[in-house]
Amino acid sequence: MASGLAGAAEADTRDAPASGSGPIVRGDSAARALLALVLPLCLAIGWELAVRAGLAQGRLVPPPSRVLATLAALAASGELRVHVEATLLRVASGFALGASLGIVLGAVTGTLPLARHLLDPAFQALRAVPSLAWVPLFILWLGILETPKVVLIAVGVFFPVYVGVSGAIASVDRKLVEVGRIFRLSKPALARRILLPAILPATIVALRTGLGLGFLFVVAAELMGASEGLGYLLVDGQQFGKPEQILAAILAFAILGKAADTVLVVLTRPLLRWQDVARDIL
Amino acid sequence: MLTFRNVSKTYADGTRALAGITLSVAPGEILALVGGSGCGKTTLLRLAAGLDTASGGAIHLDGEALDRPHPGVGLVFQEPRLLPWLTVAQNVGFGLAGHGAPERRARVAHALDRVGLAEHADRWPRDLSGGQQQRAAIARAFVAQPKVLLLDEPFSALDAVTRQDLHGHLLGLWAETRPTIVLVTHDVGEAAVLADRAVVLRPKPGRIHAIFDIATPRPDDPEANAAATRQLRAALGASLRENA
Repeated sequence: MASGLAGAAEADTRDAPASGSGPIVRGDSAARALLALVLPLCLAIGWELAVRAGLAQGRLVPPPSRVLATLAALAASGELRVHVEATLLRVASGFALGASLGIVLGAVTGTLPLARHLLDPAFQALRAVPSLAWVPLFILWLGILETPKVVLIAVGVFFPVYVGVSGAIASVDRKLVEVGRIFRLSKPALARRILLPAILPATIVALRTGLGLGFLFVVAAELMGASEGLGYLLVDGQQFGKPEQILAAILAFAILGKAADTVLVVLTRPLLRWQDVARDIL
Repeated sequence: MLTFRNVSKTYADGTRALAGITLSVAPGEILALVGGSGCGKTTLLRLAAGLDTASGGAIHLDGEALDRPHPGVGLVFQEPRLLPWLTVAQNVGFGLAGHGAPERRARVAHALDRVGLAEHADRWPRDLSGGQQQRAAIARAFVAQPKVLLLDEPFSALDAVTRQDLHGHLLGLWAETRPTIVLVTHDVGEAAVLADRAVVLRPKPGRIHAIFDIATPRPDDPEANAAATRQLRAALGASLRENA
């Protein structure tokens, strides 16, 4: 799952000479972007035409023009911004909390055997609990305002990051660690100069998984009761029979989720330029 | 002076890798450790590097015990083991963290120049060929200016031409600071070309079978080398047959 976006962008620069000869799916990124749009565009235009021609009413499944018009109206009234900001703030706080705890505890259990034997079994057991099962408890403990929402998102983000980081540390190549030993690196220097860069690729994959789960859980959190946020738009659209509003919120989620992932990929790409991976030839 | 006194190594599973190795290596000497697989060559090198601890006996460098990695002892592994996230120059300078940036740069540039990698300084290890990577690894070990340099079959994965090329680079670097070199190899010809002395080991447990002085002048004299190679090959064959 780490490959999609980074692969597409890398191919611009590196695979350029090969694009002429390769099959079209491996060709230049413009052609690929067009290919990716064919199916959704055909469906959208087809449905739009069907409704316009009177073949379907489009009340429960509104045509794209109506969804976009709703989104535009929400944007024009400033409502959309309020909801997007609320949702993004929740994802960002939950992600920051869950990811930092995941990195720290993953690093601790990955490097210290005592901590591993002490903590890891408990975390693995907790991980087996579906995160949504905590919702009633969080509401009892933390009320119904922002705190339980952020905590729920943090729980969702924590586990993939924790598992990813501690697993990555456990699988650092002994041979590279020996290079550090030969040059007599201190424990902190070994961590900084060998372990940290070695686990970076897996950590970034874990963060991307965590971010995706953050968006999954923000919907759950907002469905359980919120007065603003894209999840609120979903609930509101259901209660007042406005499918175009639900679809507009879903569209906004898709754009936000993809944008957040892209930001993460773009920010971390300079850290991973050294990787010798197969994504450019697959 | 690098000395091994009655060094033995028995692994946790009871395997006796080395027994009673006693050996002195003079400063600036190039010593080859020759033998078939499983005769403890690599184990002996790892003990001297301080990566493993001996079960018995002791290894000293100028009277100092080598029971952990020592600043005066460098090691070149069988594989290049360059850190993939550092450029070639950063890899070569890896062991120079304690030095100031200008000195580090100068020493790295000199070493890269010596092994013919100057124009690859800013590339990633993945962009180098196997021989170039091993050259960078040798430069990384030399740049720290160790008194003793241990080489664990560093050329075994390379083709004959590249290998010869690397012999030249190794001797060129050696000539600058003249460290003691202990070279593990299973290639008798390589021992004859590079070494002043060759120690033939025999397996189960690994111990010294014979020691040969190699009187070939460097740079190499093909005929003398051929004679030394023949002599070593015979000794190696004998030690292997005795154990068969």
